[in-house]
Amino acid sequence: MARNIETSENRDNGLIGLIPVALSAALFAWLITQANTIAEGGAIRYVWDWVPSLGISMSFMLDGLSLTFALLISGIGAMVFLYSRTYLAGQEHFNRFMFFLTSFMLAMLGLILADNLITLFVFWELTTITSYLLIGFAHATEKGRRSALQALFVTGAGALALLAGFILLGTTMGSFELSEILANGDALRNHELYVPILILILAGAFTKSAQFPFHFWLPNAMAAPTPVSAFLHSATMVKAGIYLMARLHPAMSGTDIWFWTLTVAGAFTAVFASVLALRQIDLKQSLAYTTLMALGTLTLFLGQDSAYAMTAFATFLIVHSLYKASLFLVVGCVDYSAGTRNADILGGLGRIMPVSALAAALAALSMAGFPPFLGFIGKELQYAGILAIGSQPFVFTVALLLSNALMFAVAGIVALRPFWGRREVELPRSPKEVPWTMLLGPVVLACLGVFFGIHPDPLQFALVDPLVASLLGSIDEAKELKLWAGVNMPLILSIVTVTLGAALYIGHRGLRAWLGRVVAAAPNFDRGWDRFLAGLKGFAAWQTRIIQPGILRVYIGVTFATALVAIGGTIIARNAWPGLPDFQDVTWPIIAISLLISVGAIMAALTSSRVAAMAALGVVGIGVAMVFIVFSAPDVAITQLLVETLVVVLVAVALLRLPLLDQGGRDHRPADAVLALGVGGVFTLVLLAVLETPIDLRLTEYFEVTSWPEAFGRNIVNVILVDFRALDTFGEIAVVVIAALSAYALLRTTSERKDP
Amino acid sequence: MNSIILRVGTRYLAGILVLFSLYMLIRGHNEPGGGFIGGLIGSTSFVLYAIACGTAEARAALKIMPQNIAVAGLGIALLAGIAAALFGDALFTGQWLFLNPTEDSKGLPISTVLIFDIGVYLVVFGSILSIVFAMEEEI
Repeated sequence: MARNIETSENRDNGLIGLIPVALSAALFAWLITQANTIAEGGAIRYVWDWVPSLGISMSFMLDGLSLTFALLISGIGAMVFLYSRTYLAGQEHFNRFMFFLTSFMLAMLGLILADNLITLFVFWELTTITSYLLIGFAHATEKGRRSALQALFVTGAGALALLAGFILLGTTMGSFELSEILANGDALRNHELYVPILILILAGAFTKSAQFPFHFWLPNAMAAPTPVSAFLHSATMVKAGIYLMARLHPAMSGTDIWFWTLTVAGAFTAVFASVLALRQIDLKQSLAYTTLMALGTLTLFLGQDSAYAMTAFATFLIVHSLYKASLFLVVGCVDYSAGTRNADILGGLGRIMPVSALAAALAALSMAGFPPFLGFIGKELQYAGILAIGSQPFVFTVALLLSNALMFAVAGIVALRPFWGRREVELPRSPKEVPWTMLLGPVVLACLGVFFGIHPDPLQFALVDPLVASLLGSIDEAKELKLWAGVNMPLILSIVTVTLGAALYIGHRGLRAWLGRVVAAAPNFDRGWDRFLAGLKGFAAWQTRIIQPGILRVYIGVTFATALVAIGGTIIARNAWPGLPDFQDVTWPIIAISLLISVGAIMAALTSSRVAAMAALGVVGIGVAMVFIVFSAPDVAITQLLVETLVVVLVAVALLRLPLLDQGGRDHRPADAVLALGVGGVFTLVLLAVLETPIDLRLTEYFEVTSWPEAFGRNIVNVILVDFRALDTFGEIAVVVIAALSAYALLRTTSERKDP
Repeated sequence: MNSIILRVGTRYLAGILVLFSLYMLIRGHNEPGGGFIGGLIGSTSFVLYAIACGTAEARAALKIMPQNIAVAGLGIALLAGIAAALFGDALFTGQWLFLNPTEDSKGLPISTVLIFDIGVYLVVFGSILSIVFAMEEEI
């Protein structure tokens, strides 16, 4: 189903597609104007009250950390929007797509700017939902739906943990404002709930940022259109988890558990992902795994608190966003033009698509870490940061070295082979250079990598210094970004990386085959996910079969048995046996009514005629109504009598269809009798216990006093129903309506099924 | 059920029951009664009618689908509750108007509380009849 490029290029999506471009460009421009204030150590805060009674406000803060993220989001966003306008030209749901993508961008900006835990969480979930819609944009395909749902489940489950963590954090610290929490880091670290809070928050951050073992959803999310992958799954959304860890770094880092969890998870994810990246044939999948590697590296550095590690974090964050978004967009160009992303087929596109090739080369050189690219500076700082690690520097240095070398090889596969390698097979389409709207993004982003490599000063001043200041508290802590730092350990490591990477690139085909065999033997998380879902569904089906077999007697039995066990068990466990009441107040009418009720109940249980059972139950009901009359509650008594009457009518109608009670087979009555006596006994105990506590009459007295002067009514029951508690009543009558409509619908469908 | 006595009796009884239910509804604010009880009594009149003369005739006498009555009642109750917002009070706060007040009495009270109770009446009335009619017809 090759799309015809000539026509799709000419199809115009109208000017609507330009609105998001203008919006994000304007946001970017505004953020740039704020950069100076931030660089001078200032922070900008906006606060609106939202739920003041719970300490929740719509507060936003722009500081070094959020400014860097905001600039990346809005800047890359503008490029991606422009790119999408051409890439998805003529797409049926183009406007919907742009709407989702714009909503996502705004949610992401809200997330990183939020200064309140709850506000942050709301935006966090908004990014989850919009990303679900974007991954599932190709909803007609099985793969698209599965990937979208998987991403939603994994990140959604993490978000639930995160919410719990936030609430714990907010209540222990006495404030939901991030800036106040960050100012009291020591109190948090020494708090007894520090570990639970940390685990819950990291669960959210690790699922969002796809750290091992929650990594499997990210490569699948590549089912989304390429601009989405470039925007969400490289530059922004997956970095939300990283952002959160960085945001909380001043308050939570510095403990052993923080160091070991982040360092080990990050290092393992980085190595694991870069090995898998080499294995991929699909260019986009390769990039997805290198993104995982980058996320792992960023997590690794957030585990530290040395100035070198923080500077490395800040620099690598920016470097990675620049080159990764650029490469994703280039892969999109190749796909658009050649109709395939298969690394084994592609080759020789350099002459046909020179500008794309240039962008790819610049971005890949930055990714590989060659001087004078910003990637080189980033890598030097990484090695400086890893050498400053507090514990086991050798192990982690080797891990970083290995993953960087593998990145080098992958950079070659993604950027070199499609453009410069030999083409051996016919391509699905005859390629040609893509229009400028698609080239602008990758070229600009790739060129920034060179520019900042040669002139790191503006980047240092505007972003890196303030970002490190947000993490470490002082702007002077940041290490200098420079290309030539003399012959030192990081430089030697860089040279080793390049040598090793080149060797890996040359041997990558052989390695890939070998890796394929290893991976096939290793546990597959993606398949494990399927098995987990199948197991969940199986369990649901099983427990539904057990608890809801469609037999009314079983339903009632299960309900009462549960009540019996739960309440009776509590009484026994707590040894809370109530004492006997004194029977002095019992009058003759009460004894007579009690006898009437008992006789009715026994009759209903023993009779074999349904009509007799119904009449006996009616006796019970009327007895209860009489109790209400004796205790002067006429409203309740009237209602009870009327309901009793209507129930008799309803049951009488149903009776005509029911079989006789005694129809042979197993007699359920003995078992039912035991259950009934048990439930009755337990509820008697509960009532006795209730009677032992003195009744709090404050509410009753309040209603008695205020009913007439404030609500102009003398019937307290009615006044409570329609005035004092009118909202409750409204909820109840809504339930009545819903129940009636559902019963009606049920009766109708069954009767329709009966007469065809 | 084909009983001429029941049918003839029902014709009078049903009307009286409806009147009685309205009486219970209106007096409910000060004496036992109210929308819930009124709705129950009102529905028994039509249940009786359906038993005596069949649901088709009962539905014809009612003219409106009982489900619609229930939903309309819910809407009326909601409007009565929202009306409070127009006067600047919290939702579901009762609003009162006294017509012709004299020195001896406050006058004839008209209130959103009564409208709310009418909504309750209609919900109970319509819901019960929906279920009873549907059951009778199915069987």
